[in-house]
Amino acid sequence: MGHVLSYVFAPGLLGSGPVRAAALVGAVVAITSGVVGVFTVTRGQSFAGHSLADVSTAGGSGAFLAGLSQFWGFLAFGVGAAAFMELTGVQRRRGRDVATGVVLGAALGAAALFLYLGAETTSRSGASFTVLFGSIFVISPATVPALVACGLLALLTVVALSRMLLLSTLSADIAAARGVPVRAVGAAYLMALAVAVSLSAVVIGAVLSTALLIGPAATALRVAKSPGRAMVTAALTGLAATWAGIVLAYDSYYWPPRGHGWPVSFFVVALVVTFYLLSYVPRGRAGSGPGRRRDGAREGPAAPGGHRFPAAGAPAGRDTG
Amino acid sequence: MFTGLMMNTWITATVVAVIAGVVGFFAVLRGSTFAAHAVPNGAFAGAAGANLLGVNVIAGLAAFAVAGALAIGALGRRARHDVATALALVMMLGLGALFVGVSSAYAAETYSLLFGEVFGVASTEVLPIAGLGAACITAVAILFRPLMLSSAMPEVAEARGVRSGVMEICFLLVLAMTATMTVPVVGALLMFSLMIGPPAAARSFTARPGFAMALSVCFALVTVWTGIAVAQATSWPLGFFVGVMGAAFYLAGRGWAAWRRTRAVRHAAGVPSAA
Amino acid sequence: MDQHGHGHLGDELLRLSEVSVRLAGREILHGVSFTIRPGEFTGLIGPNGAGKTTLLRVILGLQPAASGTVDAGGPLRTSRAGRAGRGGRGPLIGYVPQKLMIDPDMPLRVRDVVALGLDGHKLGFRFPSRARRDLVSQALRDVGAHRYADARIGDLSGGEQQRVLIAHALISRPHLLLLDEPLASLDMPSAQGIVTLLARLAREQRVAVLVSAHDMNPLVPVMDRIVYVAAGRAAVGSCEEVVRTDVLSRLYGHHVDVLRVHGRILVVAGTGTGTGAGSPGEPGVPGVTGAVAVHAGTVPDEAGHLATDEAGHLGEDASPEPLGPARRGGVA
Repeated sequence: MGHVLSYVFAPGLLGSGPVRAAALVGAVVAITSGVVGVFTVTRGQSFAGHSLADVSTAGGSGAFLAGLSQFWGFLAFGVGAAAFMELTGVQRRRGRDVATGVVLGAALGAAALFLYLGAETTSRSGASFTVLFGSIFVISPATVPALVACGLLALLTVVALSRMLLLSTLSADIAAARGVPVRAVGAAYLMALAVAVSLSAVVIGAVLSTALLIGPAATALRVAKSPGRAMVTAALTGLAATWAGIVLAYDSYYWPPRGHGWPVSFFVVALVVTFYLLSYVPRGRAGSGPGRRRDGAREGPAAPGGHRFPAAGAPAGRDTG
Repeated sequence: MFTGLMMNTWITATVVAVIAGVVGFFAVLRGSTFAAHAVPNGAFAGAAGANLLGVNVIAGLAAFAVAGALAIGALGRRARHDVATALALVMMLGLGALFVGVSSAYAAETYSLLFGEVFGVASTEVLPIAGLGAACITAVAILFRPLMLSSAMPEVAEARGVRSGVMEICFLLVLAMTATMTVPVVGALLMFSLMIGPPAAARSFTARPGFAMALSVCFALVTVWTGIAVAQATSWPLGFFVGVMGAAFYLAGRGWAAWRRTRAVRHAAGVPSAA
Repeated sequence: MDQHGHGHLGDELLRLSEVSVRLAGREILHGVSFTIRPGEFTGLIGPNGAGKTTLLRVILGLQPAASGTVDAGGPLRTSRAGRAGRGGRGPLIGYVPQKLMIDPDMPLRVRDVVALGLDGHKLGFRFPSRARRDLVSQALRDVGAHRYADARIGDLSGGEQQRVLIAHALISRPHLLLLDEPLASLDMPSAQGIVTLLARLAREQRVAVLVSAHDMNPLVPVMDRIVYVAAGRAAVGSCEEVVRTDVLSRLYGHHVDVLRVHGRILVVAGTGTGTGAGSPGEPGVPGVTGAVAVHAGTVPDEAGHLATDEAGHLGEDASPEPLGPARRGGVA
């Protein structure tokens, strides 16, 4: 047994300083991203979440160019882009996607420039990789408290707003009629999203932070029915993927090619996607197809996990009558 | 500026811009902005893998682009489209991270795969790229009418026997082909700027599809040509100019549409309301 | 006048005075005046595009009235919620909007949706308590939705979701319940069920109800009063007073017939000369002339409502025709 354990937990894992820092920051990021992600997916803002990550790349590479800590670069650009998106908010979903895409394109262009200039002016040529794919093992201890604080702030904001967010997502009109400041709540949530995304960009890279945002949340929404359970499930799934990813990345130092190690971001993403695909394995009573039923003829509450998504494009709940 | 090697660049870039303008028109029409971003990024992973294995880069690109497109299509039937796209995207990118991280590919390779390296197009690559471009155009030409119908009015299309699931897969595969040919040139992260900004702008200026598509191609060409010229002069990355110009075109389109709207409202308010 | 400058409403919950309403820059309703008293069941009836939804939104405070006043004085409330967005101490209003497109992903069970009716507008986190759970269960029983209390909201049919939203609106014990076209996409038996439910709840809980509909027939047995909107104006009164040939003809601006067939009411464009006002160009009447107005009680709207564009504006496409040689309207 000890032999197996030492195989999984390679020597020095738990004693290693960088690993412990990575585990702490990773945990905060995973939990925050998971919880925020539940609302992101529900509100149909996956593309916006992904774009914020890529946009913050521009921030990270700009910071790299300026010789500053990358985290603050990520954060500044992420929050700025979120504010911009909120201010220029387009009503129609498609218009919003196109606007988001254009901002994304411009920001990536800027990132291209910063990275190029950075590579020219300094001799650090590996910046592309760390900005895009993360640097969880090389987080400087000085930034750890700031990272954790930001993560907790974003998490608490979303939890505090959760009821108002749910109500406004269910129906903006009902919420407004009840006195909920729908616009302000949406904006605050977008800021929390930007912070969460910036954090995970530092941990597993801008390009992959979407995985921690969307993956665990999508998994949780398939298996949990109530908001509280969904948030907890998302947090735990993300946490499991991150910690296991850290362990595996550490172990991979001993895998071929020797001495190199596989990137932690790969493991985290692989695990997140695996968990999601596992959620498709039927559990209990399978659903009976698209959720259209004749009024009054329902057989009873759906089993947990038996939820079926209707065909793409068909809104659920339209009466057949 | 127009010497031998540069000619390759001009030709390739022109082909890229034309394809991006045409395919992008449909991407914007179908609201597939995210997919247009995701498929090229998936292609990036394939290129990195091909580098690792020493295989032809274009083959790697194509394999992963198609795999990504099919993954989006398959997942998209079960889950919401944006979630499916996001997960397919990160799956591809995760593999890309692995390939790049494990290989001894140095940073410049990563950079050029992501942000483009149009000035390094070898003469041997021009022909395959042009060939793929021709294939893309042919595919779009064949699919044009059912694709238009299914994109604009899905229910009517279904009634006429055009299955939206089939059209979705077809469109994603066209996107994959497009990605394969453009990623080496403009880079994974920026190819989609060409596919979104110019067509979105074109739609603001005109509602007629044929004209919009032509306009979108024009804007894309202007973007790419200007970009190459300036990139050559300053040796700054082409991707930067493409991204910024794409945004500029889009904003110009929005501004024009807004101006036309205020003029229309003012005009309507001035007319007595009784018929 | 109280400190807010509103007239004292006595025991009225809501009073509209000469309210006019705009949609996308065009005035679609004007001169609307009516009051609602506690426990009354009011039907806001009119063809599609007449401005019913917009009027409801104005009442809720979601958009401002173009002119006129909406007074929500009435019983003082200690709760801030649902005060019609007016910042005053108005009556508590429960709102059931039209046709919610609920995402299948929405992580809300039926009981979660109803619980949000209690405190969905508050910050923070509340641990589940027995008292709340019982309140929710009771609300669900009241509307007959208890069977599927633990189902995901996105899994339900339209009629079932309707009931849940009514429970959501009622759980905070409002004085006034506003429903926007609750019967529109339901089949006959389901629509009947909802009307019966609403009437019972209005009686038992002393809740005033304002329901908008394009088909008045299911509501006729339970309505205390009807507000009939068409052609930019409203006629208010009891069913007998309002749904009559002469009144509606004046409202529409051209001749309509009110027929009672097998206990159902049909409003149909008729032959004969126009009565009263309504020539083209009359101030305040949007260009409804010669358009076929078929307001059939039991027939789907596609069979000819007033020519409206997408935003529900009247008359942009209706070509002006002089009254006189009558257009033969189709009987639905």
